[in-house]
Amino acid sequence: MITKRIIPCLDVRDGRVVKGVNFLDVNDVSSPVTLAKYYSEGGADELVFYDITASFEGRRLFTDILTEVASQIFIPLTVGGGINTLDDFDRVLKCGADKVSVNSGALRDPGLIPAAAQKYGDQCVVLSVDVRRVDGRFTVFAKGGRENTGMDALEWIRQGVENGAGEIVLNSIDTDGVKNGFDLEMLSAVCELVDVPVIASGGAGCMEDFTTLFTQVPKVDAGLAASIFHFGEVSIGDLKRKLREDGINVRL
Amino acid sequence: MIAIVDYGVGNLFSLKSSFAYIGAEAIVTGDRQRIESCDRIILPGVGAFGDAAQKLREAGLDQVVIREAEKGKPLLGICLGMQLLFDKSLEYGEYTGLGLIPGKIVPMRGVVPDTYKVPHIGWNALRFPKEKPCSPLFKNVQEGDHVYFVHSYYAAECDSWVSAWTEYGALVTAAAENKNVFGTQFHPEKSGAVGLKILKAFCEI
Repeated sequence: MITKRIIPCLDVRDGRVVKGVNFLDVNDVSSPVTLAKYYSEGGADELVFYDITASFEGRRLFTDILTEVASQIFIPLTVGGGINTLDDFDRVLKCGADKVSVNSGALRDPGLIPAAAQKYGDQCVVLSVDVRRVDGRFTVFAKGGRENTGMDALEWIRQGVENGAGEIVLNSIDTDGVKNGFDLEMLSAVCELVDVPVIASGGAGCMEDFTTLFTQVPKVDAGLAASIFHFGEVSIGDLKRKLREDGINVRL
Repeated sequence: MIAIVDYGVGNLFSLKSSFAYIGAEAIVTGDRQRIESCDRIILPGVGAFGDAAQKLREAGLDQVVIREAEKGKPLLGICLGMQLLFDKSLEYGEYTGLGLIPGKIVPMRGVVPDTYKVPHIGWNALRFPKEKPCSPLFKNVQEGDHVYFVHSYYAAECDSWVSAWTEYGALVTAAAENKNVFGTQFHPEKSGAVGLKILKAFCEI
């Protein structure tokens, strides 16, 4: 049987890993290559890199680092951040990415997902969505969670999958950085809607939160987190052993 | 030296890097003579079967791969590269493969239960057929070790050639072989330490 995946996420700016709390505050943590190796050896099932650099120089630094990571770490790598065109897909795939995650780029250009899916295959295209409740409705936010698009999140996700997104990363802004558990209500709604893999993001504060995630929303495929792993509050090895004790099928 | 056959399909960066990591020399090449001069061949591939088979043929490399395999040279097809080794595929039509392993490529949908997501994406466990000796490819790994899959089609009607299954609501071909011709549906270059052991074993065949 296929295992539930545990995915550490590394936000990279100017060649260093950072993690924002509620997307606004950033703290420097460590070297991407060192962290990636540490996580891979610790049992991470996949790694996600978000390039949060804006400058051209920073972008080049990012692809250099990606190349270095992909030369030493042999698990699936997903790259996101600043993906606006097919050229951006090409740029990161050539450096060893396996999947490319689109967020604001897909909001700006609705043709990006279908074009990328046709060129690289659905399995390569990940739709990442930042969602917050506005007047009780799941609403899509752009620009790292700063801008309310007014769009209905469920409709946006449904369209994305129809257009060829092979996987969804659902970031709940409401639970992100709060460390009080994943957004089970939001995740259930999305899992009922689509039949591609759904990755839960935002809110993990302790190991128990992952057990709750996989037992309460059994259709979720993976749990993604950053700060609890980066600051060593939870080790991936311990987490996966606990999940297995709790009856969740994971790779050890 | 290992030739990673470049016929314009897929991302070969990780494959090349993984051989470098285990200390094996590999080149990415679409050149017939260079492929012939190597002592092992990797046939990679992602995307749709028909498109890949056509590109391999247009590059004139299908016959090279078949000839080298028939000479006894170890050949490893990975993912779509594995599927190309079979007789034919029913992905979006009917396409002819290299015919190096008997069997055909069929959709998983209809075979695995409806509640299972297709594509089959993620880490799944290897199950070895009880009635056969262990494949030389898997001499360094254990039953139950996990490897990384991304696919919607799989090799069927090839039970006698299956060297590993994986369970996904049904038994799905994870690897198959016919003498010196090997294929893995999963990606050893993305399967962490287990995958590297499998690539290393291939280098020792």
